[in-house]
Amino acid sequence: MPPGISLSDFYYILPEIVLTAGALVLLVVDARLPRGSRALTWVTMAVLLATAVSLVPFRNTDVEVSQGLLAVDQFALFFKVVFLVAAAMTVLMSERYLQVEGASFGEYYFLILCSTLGMMIMAGSIDLISAFVGLETMAVSFYILAGFIKPNQRSNEAAVKYFLLGAFSLGILLYGMSILYGVSGTTNLRTMATVFVGHERNPLLVLAVILVVAGMEFKIAAVPFHMWAPDVYEGAPTPVTAFLSVGSKAASFAMLLRIFVEGLPSMDADWRLLFEMLAIVTMTVGNVAALTQSNLKRMLAYSSIAHAGYLLIGVVAGTPRGISAMLIYLLIYSFMQLGAFAVIVMMRRKDVVGDELKDLSGLYHRQPFAAFAMLVFMLSLGGIPPTAGFMGKLWLFGAAIDAGYVWLAVIGVLNSAVSLYYYLRIVVFMYLKKETIGSEPTLSPALTLTLGVAVAATLVLGVYPGLLFDLAEASARTLGASGVTAAIR
Amino acid sequence: MNHYLSLILFLPLAGALLLLFVPKQNDDAIRWIANIVAGLGFVLSIPLWFWFNPQDPAFQFVERAPWIPSIGADYFLGVDGLSTLLILLTTLMGSIAVLSSWTAITERVKEYYVFLLVLQTGMLGAFMALDFLLFFLFWELMLVPMYFLIGIWGSANRLYSAIKFFLYTLAGSVVMLLGILALYFYNHSQTGVYSFDVTLFHTLNLPENLQWWLFLAFFLGFAIKVPMFPFHTWLPDAHTDAPTAGSVILAAVMLKMGTYGFLRFSLPILPEASRAFVPMMVVLCIIGIVYGALVALAQKDWKRLVAYSSVSHMAMVMLGMFALNPVGITGSIIQQLNHGISTGALFLLVGVVYERRHTREISEYGGLSKVMPAYAAVFLLMTMSSIGLPTLNGFIGELLILQGVFVANKIWAAFAASGVVLGAAYMLYLYQRTMFGKVDNPKNEHLADLGPREFATFAPLIALAIWIGLYPAPFLRRLDTSVQHIIARVSPQYNERAASAECVSVPTPELMAASPGGQFLAAAPCGPDGKPLTPAAAGAASAVPPPVPAATTGQVSSPQAAAQGAR
Repeated sequence: MPPGISLSDFYYILPEIVLTAGALVLLVVDARLPRGSRALTWVTMAVLLATAVSLVPFRNTDVEVSQGLLAVDQFALFFKVVFLVAAAMTVLMSERYLQVEGASFGEYYFLILCSTLGMMIMAGSIDLISAFVGLETMAVSFYILAGFIKPNQRSNEAAVKYFLLGAFSLGILLYGMSILYGVSGTTNLRTMATVFVGHERNPLLVLAVILVVAGMEFKIAAVPFHMWAPDVYEGAPTPVTAFLSVGSKAASFAMLLRIFVEGLPSMDADWRLLFEMLAIVTMTVGNVAALTQSNLKRMLAYSSIAHAGYLLIGVVAGTPRGISAMLIYLLIYSFMQLGAFAVIVMMRRKDVVGDELKDLSGLYHRQPFAAFAMLVFMLSLGGIPPTAGFMGKLWLFGAAIDAGYVWLAVIGVLNSAVSLYYYLRIVVFMYLKKETIGSEPTLSPALTLTLGVAVAATLVLGVYPGLLFDLAEASARTLGASGVTAAIR
Repeated sequence: MNHYLSLILFLPLAGALLLLFVPKQNDDAIRWIANIVAGLGFVLSIPLWFWFNPQDPAFQFVERAPWIPSIGADYFLGVDGLSTLLILLTTLMGSIAVLSSWTAITERVKEYYVFLLVLQTGMLGAFMALDFLLFFLFWELMLVPMYFLIGIWGSANRLYSAIKFFLYTLAGSVVMLLGILALYFYNHSQTGVYSFDVTLFHTLNLPENLQWWLFLAFFLGFAIKVPMFPFHTWLPDAHTDAPTAGSVILAAVMLKMGTYGFLRFSLPILPEASRAFVPMMVVLCIIGIVYGALVALAQKDWKRLVAYSSVSHMAMVMLGMFALNPVGITGSIIQQLNHGISTGALFLLVGVVYERRHTREISEYGGLSKVMPAYAAVFLLMTMSSIGLPTLNGFIGELLILQGVFVANKIWAAFAASGVVLGAAYMLYLYQRTMFGKVDNPKNEHLADLGPREFATFAPLIALAIWIGLYPAPFLRRLDTSVQHIIARVSPQYNERAASAECVSVPTPELMAASPGGQFLAAAPCGPDGKPLTPAAAGAASAVPPPVPAATTGQVSSPQAAAQGAR
């Protein structure tokens, strides 16, 4: 056994081990099963479930693994649950899509599991190296997934774009990280925080912060590093887009919080200012650009850019309340965003691509349940009670006001009012138009399950969010609770 | 008895859920269920009128349970006189709206009634909630069903009107939400408790600066809903394009949300700011009164005319409120009910002819009184009620408002009175154009008069109009403690004055305390500075031996008596 790793470390990374082993088993099963067998979907679900079960023993732990490579705490746990839920819903909605597109299941599910693994490592990392490894694992899986529908030109274009821009941004991020390492002499974020206590404000360090912010902004698709998102979201297979917009974003936010709140609390004046400006620009640009979109996936891409802006408000506030608001919002966002994409997946049929706004015309008359579900998701994305999106926004803006960023909250709420315009456009097409296009869209059992779970979660968390609030608050408190971060706060 | 309010609140929602299980094609069953649920909702709320204790200043029928414990939000319901009356108005208008749609709605019947019933729960909840977050939840819950009602069953320009309604209201209410949050965190910094409890906020003394900002935030939310000039532009569009029941609900109940918001939140929570903003509010109200009336005068569309009359009437309601004295506020609340009754009825009346002719152009009609005599009679009555003819409800409200405004400032009163005159002008002009003259349009020659179902929608409104016009005392009595509570926060000098011997000319302080209107009238000889105007008269009055059969004195010294006297 190499130095620095003990046997107990393997116990603490049990969920990651289960997931990895499961992914490998999946590949073997795939080779044994006849091509196109739907059993693979349920094997994948079983792997995800097993991983979720293996999280249970760690619900109250707070330890560092491998001398500070990973932290197993409630903050990581919360995110891991979000990733697993998102992955499960993605898998459920993928089955139909892959069938229609005629793509194979095995590699696809394997890549979904790999990216989930990457996300889980990102959320737990308290070291720049492990965080970067997690990020790469996730990103590489997504590069392939984006181009998974090989005969489709748009899908290929999306993959190339995502890969080139992604590689570029990773370079920037890595450069920033290397400067951080150069100045502090450590890659461990918690040690770094100690080193920087009382450190002189160093121009090099400011540069490093700017570079790391830029790299992370790319991953969460915040303005001005958002250009890739609409193209990739539009071109990638719809379930991949869904997972990209939820899982990748959530994982990047987890990593961002780890780096800035745990690693650079002494530089908070600098990064708060940066994030404050970025949040304002991101919300506004995302929403304004979404107003004119006629393609659903592009519209949701811009909407997800805007949501990155809302989430950044929580980073700016930086208080435990702000962070817990982000956790709440990310979970809620997963349900509503994935649900909305599940509806778009349903719209994909042999004769219709189904991702144009006009394709939704008259959906209410053909698929009342799907239309109702989409209505709930749109209202939730727009932040209208009694949906969960309202509770999420309430608490995000509340955290901003509490931390003294009233203007940020004002811009946030005005933006969410603007956003209702394009969310309601979708509703107009579904409920108010009568002419329909193409064959009747149908719901498979897996899709019904996805939509049902998403709608139920969105409504229940909107009316009775108490439990989620408690969990998120407890999780947010563990972030940076040990060490100097707490002292500086 | 503990869940009485919840029962009223959730009955419509339960009805909506029930409707979801009825097959779509079964239109008649859907109509029957919706009508029964809405009617039951009204019947269920009637005991509120009797069980409500007007002497008890506290909120009644209180229900409280933790809702989101981690942020201190409660499921907290309760009513005072103000909300009791508005809840009764809501359940009544709700059932009328449902009844009036029987033949008007033939498409997508099921969704229509589901949305109407959900809307009903939203409105009731907003009037009952004493937790600010819960209030906001219900407040926003109203948006979506109304959006669909306008967007699906509306007339020509419905999509535009629906989205305009939605975005206007939303823009105001999200800013209000920030105000709520700011209040919430300030409350925590002062008391150390996280809570959205409105009754707690009523006891806070906020710094002037914060009050100022909060007032503006709340103002934006409530003023758009009222709607006050210059935020009124969504209203003519929404009213005109909404289906009849939608217009009725909008006018009769949803506009009251705004004024209710001012009375329940802005005035008692932010008393200093409310006083400081009086000039702005008054200027906006006066512009609203005159402008709304002038624009109404110029309308060619029947429904649009009624919509603009709403702008004018609601500005009058706001003016009475911002006189910030007991009579003005009492009048303002009574006038809210009156506006609900008369404008609701006027929209129903437009709906009746629209259903027969499918046009709202005033020039298309003429001489209808010959073809539809019962219709013309009801229309006349409601026109008179809207104008404020004595013996009908509008008079009581307008008189009290003018009286309150007059004491506050005579020039404002002059403007307000001009609104009454203009109101008579546009309503009578409308009546003349549609009802009198020859039937020169052949299409109008064989219009059917009011059917029994249609008449049933008007009967309760007529009865109420006459009741409030002749004997408003039961209504005023129920408002006493609410008004007193608001006045104690926003204009405490009235209560002090009532207690101070040199100003008070009328017997028994206990009796006075029971009725803010009485106090005010008692104190009326005082100038605005609190000094007696005619010391000799006051002296003479105090020389009068205190008689006191309680009822008589109460009558003499309360506004409704003044109203009757003036008639």
